[in-house]
Formats: sequence, structure tokens, C-alpha cells
Amino acid sequence: MERIYEVMFIVRPDMPEEELDKLLVALESQVTGAGGVVKAKEKMGKRRLAYSLGRFQDGFYVLLTIEGGGPLVHEIERRLRVTEPVLKFITVRMDEEHKRLDKMKKLRDAKKRTVVASPVTAEAVPAPVAAEAAPSEPAPATT
Amino acid sequence: MAEPTGRSSTGHSGTGHSGGGHSGGSGHSGGYQGRSEGGARPPRPAGGPGGPGGRKFFRRKKVCKFCVEKIDGVNYKDVRLLQQFVAESGKITPRRLTGVCTRHQRRVSAAIKQARNIALLPFSNR
Repeated sequence: MERIYEVMFIVRPDMPEEELDKLLVALESQVTGAGGVVKAKEKMGKRRLAYSLGRFQDGFYVLLTIEGGGPLVHEIERRLRVTEPVLKFITVRMDEEHKRLDKMKKLRDAKKRTVVASPVTAEAVPAPVAAEAAPSEPAPATT
Repeated sequence: MAEPTGRSSTGHSGTGHSGGGHSGGSGHSGGYQGRSEGGARPPRPAGGPGGPGGRKFFRRKKVCKFCVEKIDGVNYKDVRLLQQFVAESGKITPRRLTGVCTRHQRRVSAAIKQARNIALLPFSNR
């Protein structure tokens, strides 16, 4: 199971839209070329920066969710670093966090069941809960 | 120090009541102490169901927002949420003021630092 990373980066606000798209396509092909998967890409739009970067007060935020290994991330970061319109980027590993959240959710659901139902039925319930939770999880991730 | 907001002004009356007993030993913290104590007195949801003022050493129990609202994940992208836990100056608000539990404070502060890195939150507001 490969790791999941979120790469968020800021491009300069005066960059034309089509060039940004070109950059995204290039990044995407890089990811797929290295055996990774682009799970989501989201243009979060123009936003006021919390502090000025160089001479920019605003930035265009882009969020990329990718699945892949460490070398891939390394390569992407290198690519972003040499891409001149990219002002800043951050990579955050998310899979462990997702795992933790799933666990918490399951625990919470199980607890809820035990409160509602009697302890005997609660024994049988957690398994279906896990089953229905599993298919529903990847669905939002792939979209 | 230049922002004595509503918080600290209400805090002053609180200090008159009971502050003497509590802050007696902690004078060494310097000027900051006065302000932080002002914040400590009324709990964060200011103007909410505040404690009855009558009793002397009364302090309303602060609860962790994340535990109460069952927010598991603290994400660096959620600026709205994180903003509640930074002071106006951009500093991370200490636990004793916000009432966040240790576990969640750790996550909040990590998320704030990530958000700072990508210019979603300021490092400092002069």
C-alpha cells in the first residue's frame, strides 16, 4: 500500500489559467510516469496570503492528492522548486491520519451501537459496520 | 500588549475577586501574565452561559472544543477552525486559555504550523 500525500502549492496570482493547467498536466504525467496515482487535484482559487511572499500579497492555491512513494514526492518537490511561478509548496503525508480517523470513527460508531442496542446485539453489529464503512471510504477519495 | 480587548477588561473585575489567591506565586512571568490572566478568567465562549459571579474562587470548567464537538481530525487547510486558536498577534493560544485538551492542542499546534508554512496563517501580525 502506497502512501498518500497532499501537495499544496501556491502559484503567482498573475499566472494565466492555461499555463497553470499546463503545469498541472505536466505534474500529473510525472506522477503517473513514476508509478503513482493522482487521486485528486483541486484549484482552490485565489486567496489572500497571510504574509507577503516577495512582492505578492495574493496567491493561487492548488491542492494535489497523490498516491506514491517517497522518491516520487522527492521528484515532485524538485520539480516545484525549479518551476519559477510556484511561490511555495508543502507536502503532508495523509495516509496515517486517514487510518487514525477511520479507527476513531469505527470506535465511535461501535460505541453508539452499544448505547442504542443491547450488548448482545452489539456484538454482532460491528462487523457489518466495518463492511459498509469500507466501500464508502474509497468512493469520496477517488472523486 | 496593545490590544486590551473586551476579554481583558472583563478579566480585571475577575482579578479583583480572586486573582490574588491564584497569581500570587506567578509574578515572575512579567507583563504578559497580566493579560493572560485576564483571558483566563472568563472562559473562551465569551458572553455565553458565563459563571455566576457571586462565589469567590469560582471558575467555570473549560472544556475541550474538539472533544465536545467530536472533531477528530485537525487539518491545516481548515483556516476557520485554526484561527480560533491563534491570538490576534498570530501566536498559538495556550491551552490554559482555550481549554483544549493536551492531545488536541498538540494536533492543533502542529496544524497551525503547517498552515503557517503555506501562508494560510501568519507567523506574526506586527
